[in-house]
Amino acid sequence: MKILVPVKRVVDYNVKVRPLPDQSDVDLNNVKMSVNPFCEIAVEEAVRLKEKGVATEIIVVTVGQSDSQEQLRACLALGADRAILVETQSLLEPLAIAKCLVNVVHNENPDLIILGKQAIDGDNNQTGQMLASLLDYPQATFASELEIADNQAIVTREIDGGLQTIKVNLPAVVTTDLRLNEPRYASLPNIMQAKKKTLDIMNVEDMSVDINNRLQTLSVVLPEERQAGVMVESVTELVDKLKNEAKVLS
Amino acid sequence: MNILVIAEHDNNELKSSTLNTITAAHKLSADIDVLVAGSELAEVSKQAAAIENIKSVISVDDPIYKNFLAEDFGNLVASMGDQYSYILAPATTFGKNFLPRVAAKLDVQQISDIISIESEDTFKRPIYAGSCIATVKSSDPIKVISVRTTAFDAANVTDAEVSIESKDSQNSMGNATFVKDELAESDRPELTAAEIIVSGGRALGSSENFQIIESLADKLGAAVGASRAAVDAGYVPNDYQVGQTGKIVAPSLYIAVGISGAIQHLAGMKDSKVIVAINKDEDAPIFQVADYGLVGDLFEAIPELTDSI
Ligand SMILES: Cc1cc2nc3c(=O)[nH]c(=O)nc-3n(C[C@H](O)[C@H](O)[C@H](O)COP(=O)(O)OP(=O)(O)OC[C@H]3O[C@@H](n4cnc5c(N)ncnc54)[C@H](O)[C@@H]3O)c2cc1C
Repeated sequence: MKILVPVKRVVDYNVKVRPLPDQSDVDLNNVKMSVNPFCEIAVEEAVRLKEKGVATEIIVVTVGQSDSQEQLRACLALGADRAILVETQSLLEPLAIAKCLVNVVHNENPDLIILGKQAIDGDNNQTGQMLASLLDYPQATFASELEIADNQAIVTREIDGGLQTIKVNLPAVVTTDLRLNEPRYASLPNIMQAKKKTLDIMNVEDMSVDINNRLQTLSVVLPEERQAGVMVESVTELVDKLKNEAKVLS
Repeated sequence: MNILVIAEHDNNELKSSTLNTITAAHKLSADIDVLVAGSELAEVSKQAAAIENIKSVISVDDPIYKNFLAEDFGNLVASMGDQYSYILAPATTFGKNFLPRVAAKLDVQQISDIISIESEDTFKRPIYAGSCIATVKSSDPIKVISVRTTAFDAANVTDAEVSIESKDSQNSMGNATFVKDELAESDRPELTAAEIIVSGGRALGSSENFQIIESLADKLGAAVGASRAAVDAGYVPNDYQVGQTGKIVAPSLYIAVGISGAIQHLAGMKDSKVIVAINKDEDAPIFQVADYGLVGDLFEAIPELTDSI
């Protein structure tokens, strides 16, 4: 079984992101970039399926600028077999990214596609579902458990009310939630080895997909700050404030 | 300008997220149709028909929609797309699951999780865990939008009922099957609709200890929430998680207990009206968003608080 794992280079989750002074976008100058945490979970799940003998090959792919090679190498160090960069200078929206991925799927014919449920930059939560839709594949989003049997994926999903289990026929798209697994750290030998693995570069322009952005960002600003609060000395004082000042308790 | 709002329900009851979505729709146009798709819908369709200021309810009643599987549900909504200028659904796990499929089928770029409507094509939405707010303008002919429910009040429900039209279902793709739901049974209010929430973090240490959070919540008639760390550690189920990648809440009172205040947690609760933080570390970032902060050991403070209200 062949698994395709689309991943994204994003600002590291520990970075406090701020707008540029001209408010045209967020300020990404000199900030630490990482593999999107949900994508790491996707790679880890694929690697575990390979370790169990279920998967035979894991391909990671990203649609992005040349510097995304760093994140692809990181995924190779975690255990992916080879990588594809679909290179573009523009910052693509989820729909355009999904269209590029459709091309990759047609070239590679994976049995399973695992991606993160959302990227922590745009917080869109769209790419996996869009990819499934464009391919007319079934999907299992927000996965916290994944099992492969009888050419189906049996997936437990984290939903607002609790958990849901569904079965989808392969080929299918699965998107990861936080509880699916805890990604490993790459070992030094694996990091060294990853440098020798194949990383193919394709160009978005060669794909004949419409990558024009449909959304124009007019401004990016900080959210309204909350008014500074007060510290209370005791539970008694807290209860008094909540009753008589904030009036949220009766 | 016609709007299609996709109702969230469980085949018995309309979810309040639908009412918040209607309020957002109203800011765009009064021509609102509400799609209720599911199985054995007579009751839910009636509930939807009683929402104030809508034009009509479209009911698609077929067992293939019973579990809202995204493939068939998405195809149904997409098949109606060309009659509408806007398609809106709540940004809950229900809406997040199928709506991008609709957008892709209609070849439009979805606008996720909007918190305000600036004009007919311009919207505000949080990015980077709410660290920044982006204003975006869409050039697509059909605008497919998911709505952050806490940013819009619930629409009113009236005694009058608008007409309910039935519509045929689409062919099922038959490539996905529902196996089971394991839904949390609780007498407590639902997290996203609660007036008061008490949330616990990693500091609770175990599911047994988490009961002190639950006792306080029960005394207050509150819902119980948690940080990711508390969910990951197995103290509470996943549906308790508040944050960037969990639930977004905005109650009148949010009490954060033994939660440090990581940006990913704040993303889910910082629009609460009053925030209380109880933490033994006076430098915990949660105090920066708290209206009332108490530095202390939760294992002493929480039982005392429970006793004194
Ligand atoms: C991709 C991604 C998505 C994420 N999504 C979310 C999300 O949706 N929601 C979320 O919450 N997190 C999320 N996180 C995790 C987030 O970054 C933090 O790790 C998490 O919120 C920390 O949980 P916590 O505050 O309970 O634990 P900690 O940060 O460990 O804080 C525990 C706090 O308890 C205090 N404490 C300890 N003992 C006591 C005591 N006896 N009495 C009082 N106080 C005490 C400590 O001082 C400390 O401040 C996400 C992270 C990533 C990478």
